[in-house]
Order: sequence, then structure tokens, then C-alpha cells
Amino acid sequence: MGATGPTEVWHYLDHAASTPMRPEAVEVLAEVAARVWGNPSGAHALARLARDELDAARDRLAAVAGCRPGELVVTSGGTEADNLAVRGVLAARRGRAVCSAIEHHAVLHAVEAAGGTTARVDERGVIDLEHLAAMLDADVTLVSVGLVNNEVGVVQPLDAVREVVRARAPEAVLHADAAQALPWLDLRQHAAAADLVTLASHKCGGPRGVGALVVRDGTPLVAQQVGGGQERDRRSGTPDVAGVAAFAVAAERADVARSALVARAEAWRDQLLDGITAAVPGAVASAAPHADRSHLVAGIANVCLPGVDSEALLFLLEHDHRVLASAASSCASGAQEPSHVLAALGHDRGLAGGSLRLSLGWSSTEADVAAAAAGVPEVVARLQAQARDGAPA
Amino acid sequence: MSERVLVAMSGGVDSSVAAALLLEAGCDVVGVTLKLWGGESDSGCCSVADVDDARQVARRLGIEHHVFNFGDDFDRHVVDPYVQAHAAGRTPNPCIECNRHVKFDRLLRRADALGFTALATGHHARVAERPDGTRRVARGADAAKDQSYVLHMLDQAQLARVRFPVGQRAKAEVRSFAAELGLVTAAKLDSQDVCFITATGGRRRFLGDRMTTTPGTVRDVSGEVLGEVPAVELVTIGQRHGLGLAGGGVPRYALAIDVPGATVTVGRKTDLLTNGVRLDDLTWAAGPVAGPLLAQTSAHGRPLPCRVEGDEVVFDEPQRRVAPGQSVVLYDGDEVAGAGIAAATATA
Repeated sequence: MGATGPTEVWHYLDHAASTPMRPEAVEVLAEVAARVWGNPSGAHALARLARDELDAARDRLAAVAGCRPGELVVTSGGTEADNLAVRGVLAARRGRAVCSAIEHHAVLHAVEAAGGTTARVDERGVIDLEHLAAMLDADVTLVSVGLVNNEVGVVQPLDAVREVVRARAPEAVLHADAAQALPWLDLRQHAAAADLVTLASHKCGGPRGVGALVVRDGTPLVAQQVGGGQERDRRSGTPDVAGVAAFAVAAERADVARSALVARAEAWRDQLLDGITAAVPGAVASAAPHADRSHLVAGIANVCLPGVDSEALLFLLEHDHRVLASAASSCASGAQEPSHVLAALGHDRGLAGGSLRLSLGWSSTEADVAAAAAGVPEVVARLQAQARDGAPA
Repeated sequence: MSERVLVAMSGGVDSSVAAALLLEAGCDVVGVTLKLWGGESDSGCCSVADVDDARQVARRLGIEHHVFNFGDDFDRHVVDPYVQAHAAGRTPNPCIECNRHVKFDRLLRRADALGFTALATGHHARVAERPDGTRRVARGADAAKDQSYVLHMLDQAQLARVRFPVGQRAKAEVRSFAAELGLVTAAKLDSQDVCFITATGGRRRFLGDRMTTTPGTVRDVSGEVLGEVPAVELVTIGQRHGLGLAGGGVPRYALAIDVPGATVTVGRKTDLLTNGVRLDDLTWAAGPVAGPLLAQTSAHGRPLPCRVEGDEVVFDEPQRRVAPGQSVVLYDGDEVAGAGIAAATATA
């Protein structure tokens, strides 16, 4: 069993939404919270203790992220880091913003709010470099391309994106939302091409409410949250020292555990995709129309299932199979919204309405995968029998 | 085994208490709030505040709560037809279409698919069991809050599976029960009017953004032009104000609306009177009723004594003309015996 709730045992296949904290991170969170409670901006002994603890954690995070400690700005999470990146660059350098059509809403809404535009992706979700090139010119000051997509798990070729940006919009800053990436990819290598990199603690086994933006030296950025001038004037507010310390230990663990996890998860992901597409006629792997899956991270299996609605599917998986998963992103009300990612990949609204994201993480087990692999076809068959004239129940 | 009931919780007091009453009765209860309208509403975008209220009530009651997004169904079956009906000069009732297509069709099918034995709502109405084994929608115990009119379309299969737990109670009782349980919705105002039209924006702006309107002339029955209106589609039969007529003199009312002819015909109150109304799509809950009935022609209209002859409702006394598109619900005492839609031409 992957994870336990207060009274129940679940098969947790929603690690891309949030992954359980690693025990080492829980330990550090509690220990540092109890021991270190001074304000790191202060001058006295306990403040200095807090500052030291924060800086030590920053050093460790920077090592995993592949940046210098001074380049790492602590935030309240991935969303704040994305907003800081997009808005902060546009505030520093007036110009246009361009992002891929499948960005997380934290990037997409910030870019759209600034009047920016989106670049197409192909049927696998990989950015269309020609289209991106056509959208870029000297007026573009920010390009944002997520390293790993949260819904379908596609990995973008940031080096190639960097080349296009360099050729077409040499002044533009390249931002990569890598919130999902840390468990699956070595950021020292895969995020190296980006000037700004978003990290999120709770996607790699740290606490929720903590994140970071890597701001490489020389990158123009204006703080979007002002106050005491913390984080070298790039993000005001008293940092959560215990949270950052726990984030750092989780990131280190994820870094060390990566190759073994990738090997495990890749086999499980294939088991899920192959099993479900074989058992459910018309089911498709959302971002892998062909046999090749080399453009996907190991931990995310997204499928579109005909004749069912995601909401009903998720309800029955939870109630009858103890399997917890998700579909597209949820809106503020908690309702499932049609996925802009699946639409960008070319899936029609009907088929995308039956999408399912099964995502794996450090605590996933064989039993979790087996429960989902067996549960999904069973529930889909039951729901398809309730459809009327092809319209799902 | 206890009944497994899905309760549609709007975030209002009635459906909150419906859930509480079912729990009290020993049912296995799960709450669901429907996300229907993605645009502006009086409770914020996507009605997030209402969803939060429903969730808070569910937490208080200790029941599971879900949100289902039926926005596509709502657009297709409620909002679009609402606009189309207005464009054709008819007066639609979107609550009825929502009940027909969304709450008691899509949601009921969803409830079936998820293994629920019944679907409950907070409507003030009852389900009457007849001696012959059939069922009818019946008026709720609180006459002032009765909602049987907007539920008239429920058929035998639906009636067997729906529950209206507050239908036996007065509204005041519902509120005091909610207060006793400490539910946040206890003192929440009743919802008013059409949920997808904001109080500030209004119907005119909502429709104006979605259809082309026809400026027209206002004439009396002899054809004499008395004034002008910016949009004939937005005039309702029986309407007195907003017709661009000079004040003073005998009050005049809209008698007929001719969209292609861009004309609203007005007349005196007595000109509005009619002996009956022809119905389209007349359906009976459980077979035709020949005897005396009561016709209700709007959500809170007075029941009018009548008989049904063919597809014609004949009033015992002349009544104000019924706007085409309005549902005419036929009551046998307190029970819904049948219903139809007022046809375009009223009988003389």
C-alpha cells in the first residue's frame, strides 16, 4: 500500500499532485521547527542560528538544483516561483511573453494576463520549435517552457529551446517550470539551459508551502512581493526555515534515489499504459500515440478513455478500488475542468473528458500499480455500460 | 441495508437540511455540488462561495462531498435554449430545463452509475404514492415555498428514485433545524431568479451579449403606433412597464409579440383575458385526467380552475393570457397530473 490516511489505506497514484513527505523530511521539519525559531533576518544569537540553518539548507538545495546558493530564491511554492519568474522579468524588461500551450496555469495565466501568447506542441506534447521560432522576435523578453508537464509527463528539450531563443530573441530570459522534474531528471543537466527554474518542495517529498526560483546571476528580475527585502531583495517575507530545511533533505533524497526510482517507475508506467490500452478498446496513451515513450518521464501515465467521464471514473476508483488518482487540473470550486493540455495535444473534448492521470512516486508499490491496472478496466467497463447514446453517465 | 443516497447540495439551506434529514433517517449519504455555470454569478465565478458553503455543511455533518462539473450540459440544455427561446419571442423557464436535463437526467444517471439507490435534492415538494402504485409530484408542505411546478416533468422511473426530504416541512422549520445543527447556511438568503444572470448585469445585458435584438414598434390592437422598444424579444406577454409608452391614461399591457414583424401589440387589461391556452407537448404523469384540474402557469402563479379538452386547457373563468413558452402545470388537488408548454397562439 502506498500511503495511509487517518483511518484508511489507499492506493495512491496521484504523486504529481502532491507526493507524501519522506520520513527524513518529516523528521527534519519537526526537529528544526522546535529548535530553530528565531527570525533569520535578525542580529542576535537565535536569529543567527536561524540564518545559518537557512543558508545550510540553501547550499544543499542549490547543489541539487545545479546553481550557486545565492541564485536560489526561496518562495511559498511553485506557483509563487512561476509568478515571480513571469511577472518579475516583464517588470524588469518590458516586452512580450511567450510560453508553451501546455504550461501549468501558474505560468499560463501569468503570461496571458500580460498579453502573452502560446506556442504549439505536437501530438506527443513536445514543443513545436518552428512555431516557437516564428513567435519570437526582438520584442520578446520572456520565454517560459516547462521542463516536465504536470498532466502528461512530457519532457521538453530545453537545450533546443535555448538555441531557438538565442537565435530569435537574444535578449529574452528563458524560464523553465521544473516543479515536477526533480524526482525524475537531474536538474544540473536538464535545467542548465534555463535562466530561471521553478522548484516545488511537495513534488519531491518535502512539505507543501515551500518552493524556490533559481535566478541565475545576471538575469533581470524585479521582486513581486515587497517588504523587508529578504532573499536579496528578490522576495520579501520571513522564510520558513524548517520548511526549507525539510525541502532540502527531501530534494537530496530524491536526487540520490532517482535512478532506482526511474527504473522502477518506468516499468510500472508501461504496465499501466500497456495494460489499460489493451484492456479498454479505444483507450489511448494521451501523450504517446506511438510506441515510443522516450519523451516522457517515468512517473506519469495519462490515458484517455472513451465513453466515460473522469469524475465518475475517479469516484468509483476511489470507492471500489481504493485507488486515488486525478484527471486534468481542478478549478477553484474543486470541479474537474476540461484540460487545456489534452486540447493542445489534439484530443477532442469528448475523449479528453475521460482522461485519467496515474502518477507514481517514491512510495509507490507493486500493489498500487496492480490495483490501478486491474481497477481501471473494471470501472471503465461498468461506466461504459451506463452511457446513453455514447454520452457518459 | 440502508439506502445509499446522493444529495445535490447547492450551498443553500434547503439542501443542507435535506442531507441532515437523510443522515438522521439512517441513510448512507454523499453530498455533491454541481458546477453548472462557468461565467459570472452573484456568488462569484463558478459559484465558488456556494461550493464552499456546501463543503462546510458536509464537513459539519461528517459526510463525503464531491463537485461534479456539468457545465457543458448546462450550456447545451439550459443556457443556449434560454437564449434561443428569447430570440424567438418565447418566455422560457430555465429552472425547469435544468431539472429536466441536468439534475434529474445527467445527475440521476451519474448517481445510478456510482451505485446510489436514490438522488435527493432540497426542493420543497413531495412524491405522492397513489393507490394504483403510481407516483406523482405533489406540492410541498410550505405552500409559499412550493417548487412542484419546476419538477412537473419527473416520470415514474425518476419519481421512484428521487427524494425531497424537506418537502414535508415549513421553511421556518428548515431554517431552525439548520440553526440547531449549527450549519453555516441556516440564515442564507433564498436564491432568487435565474442563477446564471447576475443581479447587477441583468437579463437584458446577458441576452444582449448573446443574441441580436430587434428594435420594434409598440402598437395598439387597431395598429396605431404608440411607442418603440429597443428589443421586442425581451418583452413578455402581460408586461406593463418598459414599453416606451407615455404615462397617464388607461394602463396598457403587452398582448402579443411578433419578432419577425418587430411589433409588440398592447391593449387594456381586459384584452389580456383569454378562455384558455393550447399546449404543446402535453404529457400526463400517469394517464390523462378528465375531471376538473388546476392550471398553474408560472413558478409562483395562482392555480386556476380548468379542464383539459384535447391539447387545450379551458379555464373556468377568463384568465390573463399565458406567455408562449411558459410551462402550464396541471394539478389534481395538490398533485401534478400533467403539464405542457403554452403554444404560440392562445385561444380566443
